[in-house]
Amino acid sequence: MKSLKNHFSLILALFSILFAIQIFIINDRALEAYEQKLSSSYSMIVVSNVAISNDTFKTYSSNIEKVDILSADEIIKKLQENISQKNIELLKLSLPKFYRIHLKTFPTSYEVESLTKTLKKNSSITRVEDFSSNHDTVYKLLLLFKQITQLFTLVILLVTVLLIAKELRIWQFKHSERMNIMGLFGAPVWLRSAVLFRLALIDALIASFMAIFFFYGISMSTWTADQLSVIGIDITIFEWLSDGSILLGVAVLISILLASLIVVGYKEEV
Amino acid sequence: MDKVIIAEELTLSYNKDETIINQANFSVDSGSFTFITGASGSGKSTLLKSLYGAIKPKQGSLVVGGAQIKNISSKKLNFLRQHIGIVFQDYKLIKEWTIEKNVMLPLIIGGFQKSVSEQQVHKLLSHVKLNHQSGKYPLELSGGEQQRVAMARALSHNPILILADEPTGNLDDYSAELIWNLLEGANTQLKTTIIVVTHHIPENMKIPYKHLHIEFGTIYEVS
Ligand SMILES: Nc1ncnc2c1ncn2[C@@H]1O[C@H](COP(=O)(O)OP(=O)(O)OP(=O)(O)O)[C@@H](O)[C@H]1O
Ligand SMILES: [Mg+2]
Repeated sequence: MKSLKNHFSLILALFSILFAIQIFIINDRALEAYEQKLSSSYSMIVVSNVAISNDTFKTYSSNIEKVDILSADEIIKKLQENISQKNIELLKLSLPKFYRIHLKTFPTSYEVESLTKTLKKNSSITRVEDFSSNHDTVYKLLLLFKQITQLFTLVILLVTVLLIAKELRIWQFKHSERMNIMGLFGAPVWLRSAVLFRLALIDALIASFMAIFFFYGISMSTWTADQLSVIGIDITIFEWLSDGSILLGVAVLISILLASLIVVGYKEEV
Repeated sequence: MDKVIIAEELTLSYNKDETIINQANFSVDSGSFTFITGASGSGKSTLLKSLYGAIKPKQGSLVVGGAQIKNISSKKLNFLRQHIGIVFQDYKLIKEWTIEKNVMLPLIIGGFQKSVSEQQVHKLLSHVKLNHQSGKYPLELSGGEQQRVAMARALSHNPILILADEPTGNLDDYSAELIWNLLEGANTQLKTTIIVVTHHIPENMKIPYKHLHIEFGTIYEVS
């Protein structure tokens, strides 16, 4: 019971750090998925007098994923009944070409503007529809969301540092007496700090397993899946191997660092 | 006769302004029994601290167990301390360890086998009449009981030198008698060198002893 209480505060501190990290990872993943979704639904329409090859388009921007030619066949079919085959061939030749440009990533407002400008420099391109006003709102919303996330991370980081600093002082207080007494009986430094490192490691393991099982539980629950499908994105909340090892690694690193700082900062009392 | 401690012109202080021990000269023979007396605040505990290397001499020379304390390496100091048994005035028991583990500390540091250590600990705890308390924690014991645990710890690894700072300060006559018998026993049977700080030298000492008295920073040899 006594030892459980000793462990509790560091485990709690570590767990909250791991919790924040995983939330950040999930949020990042969700944002990326959402951005991907936006970019796949966003496209520009280009009207040109002459045919432009895919390769030519790609020289305008490296962000161009692919270019689809919009078929005029539908319109022509409707006209077919009244116009002779020969005229239709002629019409086909004189009709401008319509292209739909898909981008690799969701562009910034500036990217949209500059790509439009570049395209318009080509004299055969008569019109570029970039749906910029619509794009702008979506883009700004995304930007806001990203900034909020960054702010959130910063705050968490700050709280984390404070938490660790506080924990450091508690540990220093809690362990220095024992380390001092052991030193008075001639215990070498490694033996004096062995308990410290063992405690730190055990706490790191417990905290990371707690976090891993917590997020595993969340990733398995249908409620979270439902929430995500409402926004229309599909992401993995918790990846056993990569996320698990990040959490474990961070916890071990922090606790070892904590223990080392105490050993380095230790001075014998007189 | 071999000297365990040789102090020459030994000066001790915590800061520049105040000298606690001033140019003291004394020595302690191997296997001898020494009492140190002096008024409260005269520097008895300070002198003991210098003997286990917790404070370094400001001036003069102090040799303990053949090692010059002034410039002893931390490795050598650890080695020296492993052969000293100390009873601190404030006991210095490890709160989060049981009585049994506290007494075992010097044996853990010495790397003794667990079964051997356990046997030794039980023997010593029964010597100080605390066998039934071995599973408890220090703060669950009375002051006098804690003091006896500290004595058991100091004896557990059969040190060559015991430094005891008022080891009977908190004890009734019966328990004090117990402690004196233990110290005398270690001295006669194991040839352990013993230095005890006390306000009252027991009247019925069965063995010869040396008496050092500290007054105004000076150490006098009374007998
Ligand atoms: N850690 C310290 N830092 C500064 N001064 C100290 C320290 N410890 C003791 N002193 C001072 O050194 C002087 C001697 O203290 P010491 O503890 O050696 O006395 P003592 O003879 O053991 O007294 P007592 O019989 O009360 O235990 C005192 O004046 C005290 O104020
Ligand atoms: Mg004292």
